[in-house]
Amino acid sequence: MSGWQTHNGRAARLMLDNVDTDQLIPARFMSTPRSAGYGDFLLHDLRASGTAVIDPGVSVLIAGRNFGCGSSREAAVYALVDFGIRAVLAPGFGDIFAANAANNGLLCAVTDTAALTTDTTIHIDLAALTIRQGAHTSGFDLDPVWQRKLINGWDDIDLTTRAAGTISDFSAAYAVRHPWTVPRQG
Amino acid sequence: MSRTLFAKLWDRHAITTREDGASLLWIDRHFVHEGSHHAFARLDQRGLPVARPDLTFGVTDHYAPTRRDRTPDADIARMMRTLDENCARQGIRHFGLADPRQGIVHVIGPEQGLTLPGLTIVCGDSHTSTHGAFGALAFGIGATEVAHVLATQTIWQKPARTMRITVDGTLAPGVGAKDIALAWIGRLGAEGARGHVIEYAGSAISGLSMEGRLTLCNMSIEGGARCGLIAPDAITRAYVAGRPQAPADMDAAEADWSTLFSDPDAVFDREVALDAARIAPVVTWGTSPEHALPITGTLPDPARAAPDEAGQIADALAYMGLSAGRPIAGTPIDQVFIGSCTNGRIEDLRAAAQVLRGRRARVPGMVSPGSAPIKAQAEREGLDRVFAEAGLEWVASGCSMCVGMNGDLVAAGKRCASTTNRNFKGRQGPGARTHLMSPAMVAAAAVTGELTDLRGLLAGRGTA
Repeated sequence: MSGWQTHNGRAARLMLDNVDTDQLIPARFMSTPRSAGYGDFLLHDLRASGTAVIDPGVSVLIAGRNFGCGSSREAAVYALVDFGIRAVLAPGFGDIFAANAANNGLLCAVTDTAALTTDTTIHIDLAALTIRQGAHTSGFDLDPVWQRKLINGWDDIDLTTRAAGTISDFSAAYAVRHPWTVPRQG
Repeated sequence: MSRTLFAKLWDRHAITTREDGASLLWIDRHFVHEGSHHAFARLDQRGLPVARPDLTFGVTDHYAPTRRDRTPDADIARMMRTLDENCARQGIRHFGLADPRQGIVHVIGPEQGLTLPGLTIVCGDSHTSTHGAFGALAFGIGATEVAHVLATQTIWQKPARTMRITVDGTLAPGVGAKDIALAWIGRLGAEGARGHVIEYAGSAISGLSMEGRLTLCNMSIEGGARCGLIAPDAITRAYVAGRPQAPADMDAAEADWSTLFSDPDAVFDREVALDAARIAPVVTWGTSPEHALPITGTLPDPARAAPDEAGQIADALAYMGLSAGRPIAGTPIDQVFIGSCTNGRIEDLRAAAQVLRGRRARVPGMVSPGSAPIKAQAEREGLDRVFAEAGLEWVASGCSMCVGMNGDLVAAGKRCASTTNRNFKGRQGPGARTHLMSPAMVAAAAVTGELTDLRGLLAGRGTA
């Protein structure tokens, strides 16, 4: 995954609150291999019913509160990313969804979206934590752990593997301190 | 220094902490299911093995057919086969479809004694919060994190805030853990506990059985929390004792568990209190678990709502086919579902059977026990006959109609009274209308064919 620091793109707006992961990708599409692409599944039923409209080429989503609540399905993030969405701007996000997003280069920016429109390009700066549209500039909240991950495009497995010695020392001492934690065989 | 239960669990498992505040946590149990195929594929791409197959457990549940005699369609069969193959080749113990211990991951973890106080437990499923009922730090993770845990048996986590929900007093007859859960979510909202780990405390919580505690912790995610926690006590220890995977040295384990509680002067970031006696049977009316009402309540009216809520309410009412301002009781239903990781345990089946015994359901429905051992136990108790005589279908265990991945679906426009955890649009099938409630309330809805206060149906039956 490659990191990024700034993004400029057009936005679509979803009016509803609590857009859950079952809306982002209905369960019936989840047996599909990732290589097939998940973009067509994005908000499938809400788009089919006309409740959600996202034009091709849109790369920013302006959403309501508690976006991405619900299940841990990372496929919800895959659907956004494969559609071409780089950032979601909303007053709040489901925790697991936001963690999954950070692992896939998708920004979940916590911000007041009232002043934003879908008319002109939105400029996002990850390092400065700012959103600019025309003369309007506002800040957004992002956990520093996720900010660093998005900018650097880090893969945690690479980072953790470097700590392999620390982990094996810990697990050996842990098994001595709490021997009952080891499951039985069979 | 005084610590919360959450802090004690965190400290036990923290291997190292980065300068940005994220800690690397040791994971004691990792459950994988059919949906974990993305993570196995990622591991394969990198040529990495599973670090600790002995701490990893495979469970076939999300796609498990509930009519085992029917041939599943090709996609479903492939999903189950992929998990079989991944577990076999990585040396992971697997509770597959043919295993007599098979069931829903959040049911069989506790049932087998794999879920224990003091552990860290993760799974690529948001309802992993269920296991917190034992005083375990348990939370759902995404596929990238599943791959990370498979590769390293650890996970990076940023610190969470803490919330204590204290429920004191005595629950009224017919009111239980599901009602507590829906009551607090209705009050605080579906994001009310976002960023928090919840610890449930108070006399009404101590009074819950393990089954009830599992239901309550299961629903924590529906209020936005990553985890629910309940400090282990004598009820916890009695549940674990004698389980197949209970620690060989229970005395040592129990000595260790005896430290797992929030210190009396520990400080929580947020405190919430509920009076148990004031909780009525709760049902949901809309498309988010926060759309919860006592069964005695009336549907909200967008015309009387705040401007920023009116549109949301109107949208939910329209999807659900309901009229503003009407009583929720008396809403006709088309079918019922009893089961899931929320309410598929033996106590749930008993509570439903108590209402259904000697009565006929006016609508069709399905009862799916949470595991094969629960199915066998229910059959020993004759509960299967109660359901069959009421006209409900008694099927095998799996996630079934909670998520519909196995083909158990509610048809478009149909209204289902359901013991599950999510009333999201389309959750039980495209266009399906879901009302969440307790097993006893679902049974009451089945008997009357409409959303009903079960307390009118309990006369002379005691309470489960």
